[in-house]
Amino acid sequence: MSNFPFLLLLLLLPLAGAILVTVIGRDPQSKDLAKKVAVGASLLELLLAILMWVSFKPTGPRLQFVTSFNWITAIGAKFSLGTDGIALVMLVLIALLVPIVMIASWNHNSLGDEINAPDSTDPQLAPSNDVARLFAWILVLEVCMVGVFAATDVFLFYIFFEIMLVPMYFIIGGYGASQRRAAAMKFFIYSLVGGLVMLASVIGLYVISKQDTGKPTFSWDALRQLDLSHTQQVWIFLGFFVAFAIKAPLVPFHTWLPKAGAEGPVGGSVLLLGILDKVGTFGFLRYCLPIAPWASQKLAPLVLVLAVIGIIYGAFQAIGADDIKRLVTYTSIAHFGFIVLGIFAFTTQAGTGAVLYMVNHGISTGMMFLVVGMVVARGGSRRVRDYGGIFLVAPLLAGFFVIAGMASLALPGTNSFVSEFLVLIGSYGTEPVFTIIATGGIVMSALYVLWLIQRTLHGPESPLVVARKKLFGDLSKRELWVLSPLVALILVFGVYPKPITDVIKPAVEATLHTDVGVKDPVPTVGAAAISDGGSK
Amino acid sequence: MSILAASVLQAPSIAYSSLSPILIILGAACIGVLVEAFVPAAARFPSQVGLSIVSIVASFIAVFAVRSHNGLTMAGAISIDSPALVSMGAILVFGLLATMLFADRSLDSAGSVFVAEAAMPVGSRSDRALLTSERVQTEVFPLSLFSIGGMMVFVAANNLLVMFIALEVLSLPLYLMAGLSRRKRLLSQEAALKYFLLGAFASGFFVYGLALIYGFAGSIELRAISTASRTITDHDSLLILGMALLLVGLLFKAGVAPFHSWSPDVYQGSPSPVAGFMAAATKFAAFIAILRLMYVAFSGVPGVWTPVISWIAIISMVVGALIGLAQTDLKRLLAYSSIAHAGFILVGVTANSVAGTAATLFYTFTYGLSAIGAFALLSIVRREDGEATNMDDWKGMGKRSPMIAAAMTVMMLSMTGVPLTAGFIGKLQSFTAASASGHVWLIVVALVLSAITAVYYLRVIVFMYFYDAQSDPATIVLPGTPTTSVIAITTFATVLLGVIPGPLLHLVEVASRFVA
Repeated sequence: MSNFPFLLLLLLLPLAGAILVTVIGRDPQSKDLAKKVAVGASLLELLLAILMWVSFKPTGPRLQFVTSFNWITAIGAKFSLGTDGIALVMLVLIALLVPIVMIASWNHNSLGDEINAPDSTDPQLAPSNDVARLFAWILVLEVCMVGVFAATDVFLFYIFFEIMLVPMYFIIGGYGASQRRAAAMKFFIYSLVGGLVMLASVIGLYVISKQDTGKPTFSWDALRQLDLSHTQQVWIFLGFFVAFAIKAPLVPFHTWLPKAGAEGPVGGSVLLLGILDKVGTFGFLRYCLPIAPWASQKLAPLVLVLAVIGIIYGAFQAIGADDIKRLVTYTSIAHFGFIVLGIFAFTTQAGTGAVLYMVNHGISTGMMFLVVGMVVARGGSRRVRDYGGIFLVAPLLAGFFVIAGMASLALPGTNSFVSEFLVLIGSYGTEPVFTIIATGGIVMSALYVLWLIQRTLHGPESPLVVARKKLFGDLSKRELWVLSPLVALILVFGVYPKPITDVIKPAVEATLHTDVGVKDPVPTVGAAAISDGGSK
Repeated sequence: MSILAASVLQAPSIAYSSLSPILIILGAACIGVLVEAFVPAAARFPSQVGLSIVSIVASFIAVFAVRSHNGLTMAGAISIDSPALVSMGAILVFGLLATMLFADRSLDSAGSVFVAEAAMPVGSRSDRALLTSERVQTEVFPLSLFSIGGMMVFVAANNLLVMFIALEVLSLPLYLMAGLSRRKRLLSQEAALKYFLLGAFASGFFVYGLALIYGFAGSIELRAISTASRTITDHDSLLILGMALLLVGLLFKAGVAPFHSWSPDVYQGSPSPVAGFMAAATKFAAFIAILRLMYVAFSGVPGVWTPVISWIAIISMVVGALIGLAQTDLKRLLAYSSIAHAGFILVGVTANSVAGTAATLFYTFTYGLSAIGAFALLSIVRREDGEATNMDDWKGMGKRSPMIAAAMTVMMLSMTGVPLTAGFIGKLQSFTAASASGHVWLIVVALVLSAITAVYYLRVIVFMYFYDAQSDPATIVLPGTPTTSVIAITTFATVLLGVIPGPLLHLVEVASRFVA
């Protein structure tokens, strides 16, 4: 089945779904039908993605399910799709999160999207009732997300990278809280700037390929085999790096994220943090390392400094955050620090851990954000201090909150533990100093998660919770359907990550050994034993 | 001496067939003047529209018919080469779209967006009478035909004198057309006067430059200038001064900063269809003339002019991007946007290669399409006193009129340079050409500035979708078929050329070699 055009179908299915939903959703009477169609399309997509996973051969060729059409022959751009193990797991994650996000955002007030930030004096914007349109935008976004991870032509990748901003812009700007317009604008401009800087690198690569081979190309496979001089590598690396660092986001390129994450709708934020930001870390692995291997290694200390700063900074900000949505956003900045640390440590173990982290972070932070949204929708406030004693009124909700929190602080037994551990173990051999500092971040993550849980869930019921006791009814059936699969995945992958690591490892090895040309350090006996326990 | 011998005039051989596209348009323009004078008032409008459209289509067919022609005519004064023919085709497309907008009768209650007596002093009794009159004049049609004809000669001019005459032929009607707005007369007259005065200055510069170059090269033929610029080494100051003055004249027409100060006022005061025509066709013609001058006459001495053009490109991008940020009027916003785009186009011009020609052709054409489309969209939103172009008037457009908002969004995204729109491919081509010629730092600047321009384009989208409409919203007129078709065509083309740019890219690549 390795020639079956899964990727093309993964692109076309949500596109068709989006068109259908828009058409049906035009009639105010059939909004509900439109929403059901959207969820149906996204579930079909999930089924397709799972089938693709099953037919993927981890030991097979590096890029599988390859589809390629001539597109703009004048500039040598092709419409080429293909996936390796890294992209594959991200594609499945996309297909998994989209239906969950849709079901979670079923009603306009399901996740408290319209609630303003604490201390905001803005009048509350009327929530948009047109959820069907939100679903259509999410499907469009799904097309773009699939395209970004599946593209094997740098030009095509750039197209999806940029066009992805448009649906996200409308999702944030149309469905968030009072500052959503500014947030949407900030998000778009930051990403666009990054994209344009990357465009400079893409153009540079294109021009070099024209001069070197006489035949200009954008094909990733051809470009990574170009023999670039060191200066060229540095510039091209920097161009890509800025774009991906803004996406990922690394401190100091992160300033757009707290606003977009906190002011946008929760559903959008789950996709933003869960998928869109991973384009950055994915980009490091897919483009920076293979195309500019020398520069990647030379500049790695710089990147690692930023990563470690991100871990510490994100944790401190999260500890100090008063706005519960903002808090979750900052925890993500810390998590992204770990992922980047794993990538730029240049060992298979750390790299595998980083990619696994990308998946696990999507699941656990996605769940965290959804639970927080459910709490905010009930309490009508985003201020952490307003809450207290939720265990007493909504034990089930509080229980799920605790599980999400534990996954977020990487408690052993949850999925995040495996990935965080792999990253730290794998990085220690090559980057001991950075790894030790990063380990300090774990302690802080325990602090912000446990403190958050203590303040909101335990203790006596806060005045707000008492006043809105009726609204605080426990999880509805729909909400259970949203959260249960995530909990299941957190626990299953916590004890048995092998299905994912089996797919990821060959791809990471290919990147590090073939493209970059590094050899894994001989691990110390103890570390090898532990990692075998963790990953095998 | 030889003066006597030369004074026996030889009639130059003229290849009439290859000139037929130009002759058709200029002939139709003359007939249009007669129609204005002799045809009864009731029949004037349909006959003018018919004449314009038929002649433009006929001229387009003529361009197609002579497509294989690739040489000089009129004793070397005009070069009908492939860039010229492609440019003529593009100008005719813009002309057709603009004429369709001119012909729309449903926008203004009086049946035309053009005033009946443009020369009437504003505020006088007869001017007040005009406000309520339903009288319609149709002189805009022959005027625009003359202008189109001038542009077609402009892009084919192979000597400086012809270029100058064409410049005047295309400009004089535009000065008048800027003053033809039916509503907001004062702004419109101001626009016309400003455009005329500054335009006259710019022409003066051009003539002065022409004279200096003649002094330098002893000829006004582009090829002779090219030869002279390569061989004569001791009169650099004449060459540089002359080239600079010629450039001032051309850059003025192209609306490039620092010679841009007319364009916001003129765009704001002119009727939107005219502003669209200027932003698309005039800019296109001016850039092709710049290309021809630089790539033919001065191609051998790139060291003299590419740094200058690079800096002017930067100035233009900075002015367009930064001052554009402060605009609240959409027409002025589009004017600054066009200044910024002129800078981006110039980035491609610095390449001094066939890739530069191809990129400039592609960029100016696609930009022109979205500019005409955007101005057509602006003309739809109106109040009692004409177009309502304040940004606030567009608030809530997403709910009030989803189709218009969607079309405007496409235009804005294309001008931003978001992929899958024509604007992106244009920028890509232009920057690739410049980078292949070694101007890497220039494209980095250009990319950063194009991110800044994104702010104001996005703000329009924010206003349309994320705000509620004002309490006294401007009326959204139901546009007539011509305007609707123009909007549909330009929107569709903007997306199509972004998704499948191949055929057009191929065309401009084939047509990127000048003949002199």
